[in-house]
Amino acid sequence: MSQDPLEGCRISAGKKSAVSLGKALHPPNLLVVVEGTCGACVAASPVSAPEGSCSYNVAHHHLCVCVRVCMAWQGLQKGETLASLKQESENLRRKLEEERGKLTDVELHQVAEKVETVAALSIKTRRVLKGHGNKVLSMDWCKDKRRLVSSSQDGKVIVWDAFTLNKEHGITLPCTWVMACAYAPSGCAVACGGLDNKCSVVPLSLDRNENVTAKKKSVAMHTNYVSGCSFTNSDMQLLTSSGDGTCALWDVESGQLLQSFHGHTADVLSLDLAPSETGNTFVSGGCDMKANVWDMRSGQNIQSFDNHQSDINCVKYYPSGDAFASASDDATCRFYDLRADREVAVYQKDSIIFGASSVDFSLSGRLLFAGYNDYTINVWDVLKGTRVSVLFGHENRVSRVRVSPDGTALCSASWDNTLRVSRT
Amino acid sequence: MAEGSKDRGGPGPAEPEEDSPNMIVYRKMEDIVTRIQDEKAGGVAIRTVKSFLSKIPSVVSGADIVQWLMKNLSIEDPAEAIHLGSLIAAHGYIFPINDHVLTLKDDGTLYRFQSPYFWPSNCWEPENTDYAIYLCKRTMQNKARLELADYEAENLARLQRAFARKWEFIFMQAEAQVKIDRKKDKAERKILDSQERAFWDVHRPVPGCVNTTEMDIRKCRREKNPHRVKKSVYGVPDDGQSQPSPVHVSSQPARKPTREDVQKEITFLNTQLDRHCMKVSKVADSLMTYTEQFLEYDPFVSAVDPSIPWITDDTTFWDLEASREPSQQRVKKWGFSLEEALKDPAGRDQFLKFLESEFSSENLRFWLAVQDMKRRPHQEVSSRAQEIWQEFLAEGAPSSINLDSHSYERTSQNLKDPGRYSYEDAQDHIFQLMKSDSYARFLRSNIYQDLLLARKKVSYTHTPRSLICTASVKRLG
Repeated sequence: MSQDPLEGCRISAGKKSAVSLGKALHPPNLLVVVEGTCGACVAASPVSAPEGSCSYNVAHHHLCVCVRVCMAWQGLQKGETLASLKQESENLRRKLEEERGKLTDVELHQVAEKVETVAALSIKTRRVLKGHGNKVLSMDWCKDKRRLVSSSQDGKVIVWDAFTLNKEHGITLPCTWVMACAYAPSGCAVACGGLDNKCSVVPLSLDRNENVTAKKKSVAMHTNYVSGCSFTNSDMQLLTSSGDGTCALWDVESGQLLQSFHGHTADVLSLDLAPSETGNTFVSGGCDMKANVWDMRSGQNIQSFDNHQSDINCVKYYPSGDAFASASDDATCRFYDLRADREVAVYQKDSIIFGASSVDFSLSGRLLFAGYNDYTINVWDVLKGTRVSVLFGHENRVSRVRVSPDGTALCSASWDNTLRVSRT
Repeated sequence: MAEGSKDRGGPGPAEPEEDSPNMIVYRKMEDIVTRIQDEKAGGVAIRTVKSFLSKIPSVVSGADIVQWLMKNLSIEDPAEAIHLGSLIAAHGYIFPINDHVLTLKDDGTLYRFQSPYFWPSNCWEPENTDYAIYLCKRTMQNKARLELADYEAENLARLQRAFARKWEFIFMQAEAQVKIDRKKDKAERKILDSQERAFWDVHRPVPGCVNTTEMDIRKCRREKNPHRVKKSVYGVPDDGQSQPSPVHVSSQPARKPTREDVQKEITFLNTQLDRHCMKVSKVADSLMTYTEQFLEYDPFVSAVDPSIPWITDDTTFWDLEASREPSQQRVKKWGFSLEEALKDPAGRDQFLKFLESEFSSENLRFWLAVQDMKRRPHQEVSSRAQEIWQEFLAEGAPSSINLDSHSYERTSQNLKDPGRYSYEDAQDHIFQLMKSDSYARFLRSNIYQDLLLARKKVSYTHTPRSLICTASVKRLG
């Protein structure tokens, strides 16, 4: 009798293949039932069970199957099989590392030696936004490049015209630690959430007398704090990350859960949507030290990176969408290319010992702005791996940094209760 | 409701979680201060300084510390060394002997090192009773150096009111502490007193100073003994009155990985092994090319015309961007890729205009219609999907698009249960078609070239939104 209930099933992604299960049936006490959605036809109906096959032949689709092995089989060789499975997993991991290693024929910073050095930056604070009564935990720019929304430990969310320093809206949430906020693409609403385990959407009214808080609508419901939120390309869908270890996609109008993303083994602290008109992926980072890339359609984890040595506080895509950066409590920021499926740069210094809380790219992707728990913002040359500049000014931890949509300015939010807008 | 997750292994026994984010930073700072004090290994000389009639034991100058940091941590700018040193001081690892404010100065100011007993890594959360005992005993000793600062006197007054009922107890504890202190050697006392004071400067900072003991609530649960009784600085037994520290509780109990988990891992790893990946040299070139292309558009790297928002009060730059009259630089971007062209509303309009002139706009209109459908609320998606089918794909559709039979088959299958992604394949296919065929021609067209070379100005008769809706308007007819 075979040890492996999956023997006889060829499951292969990226190639023309048929999953045939007739041969997988072992002696009578074993029943293999295959369920799941076919990644190619996206129909929600089961592939087939128990004997059957499904074929697909489009290069970049994934077939994901969930194999439920009947109880009798499970009862039989529990302990032993777990150990041998773990061994198999280990072997595969080593093999994968080996394979990826073969593709690392050169380091990014070596190739970048021929690129011209960035001229010395002289970045100055141009605006200081005062008004929050406690630590500012998060902020997001509006697409109009001058408005922004910020949220604080004091339960308040403020919408500012950062250019004029005008506070346009104030929203009060019934909880402290509002860790996530986002501006809707239309500019007509904001989303916010945190310790209340929810993410709510608040439509912004042009009428100054109207109480915007009253129109607040709960959209996302998690079983632990909401750490991050982002609208997709539309006001109608909201993506959230949570301390409950999952990410989720919600329909704003109905509050319906459209897709949930499982795979992290600890709190998810950050997410970022791929900057593509046609893309359907996003990246998330969490306390399990992993950065995962997800397919929004299937809910599947398609790539994973575990190079960091502590919590990943923030993840952000490179402008082309082919790469992303992460910031971690291990005091480093890292850069990964999705096509090479590999970390390609580490940004660190002996003198930087405090965790990095947030990262964002300049418009061309040449510069990486990183906010740290030592109150500073370090500016890195993404290609060469060197530090270009360090910005002082905040009087407490920097919790979030975001470049404005047209790349003209950098906004930083801090535990010193202020936000600063800076530029060269 | 989104489900919870599994924890990766349970919390350790009585051991502190060495890999918790706070502990990582503490250990790094401790490594630094240990190295600074190690005179034999290139550390700073810690000496006794004579001052008038007395001696100041065990001190170092701020300048020496700054020098050490610059040399041993490869710091070029003294400002950076001062900043790092000040943070180490703010966490209580070093402190000025004559100031409650914990910063590092690059001069002759004298500093002392904190005793490991008081290090933050021991996870102190001293209660107000301890603080009251401390302030109280300070007032009992007739020494100038132990006089209370204004804010401390205020704190003491407030604590006396708050602990009115048990003040006798506190007073007795303070007396006991004074007795213990008196037994110590004079020089030793000076050092211990200053270290104790520095400890309280961290946990009850001067008003206006950063309280470095504040925690990020998302990281709290992994702290050492989050639920255990808090340890008293002066050995005062816990009377059950202390509040437990704020901790957010995991929604899932810790779980060992199951066979199912490992099987999923194996499936995932196999998929990764099958993935075709590019060499680093190739992706590096690609990243460099992309960055190079957009460098001139990056305001942090290149100079920007005409005027810069944020520095002046002029918003001309933004007004120009918002106007439908794209600059040559902006038009140039449309030539980088079809994605870039479609990202820009003006680019989209021009491309559509070009296609209309060729009577082949149905592809782009289909693509735009699907994009719009995906942005609708969940409830509307189904009906929109049907409308799109009627307009572009059904037999005798008014704006019939050309799909290969396979995609067509699959799409019509999808439409039996229409969803947001029903048209993914079709959209992909059409996008590739436009990219390889009409987009290339667009870039060579007069419409594009005129704008690129600023031969003609753009004229508009309608906004993009109406172009997308045109499809449905025709349909409802």
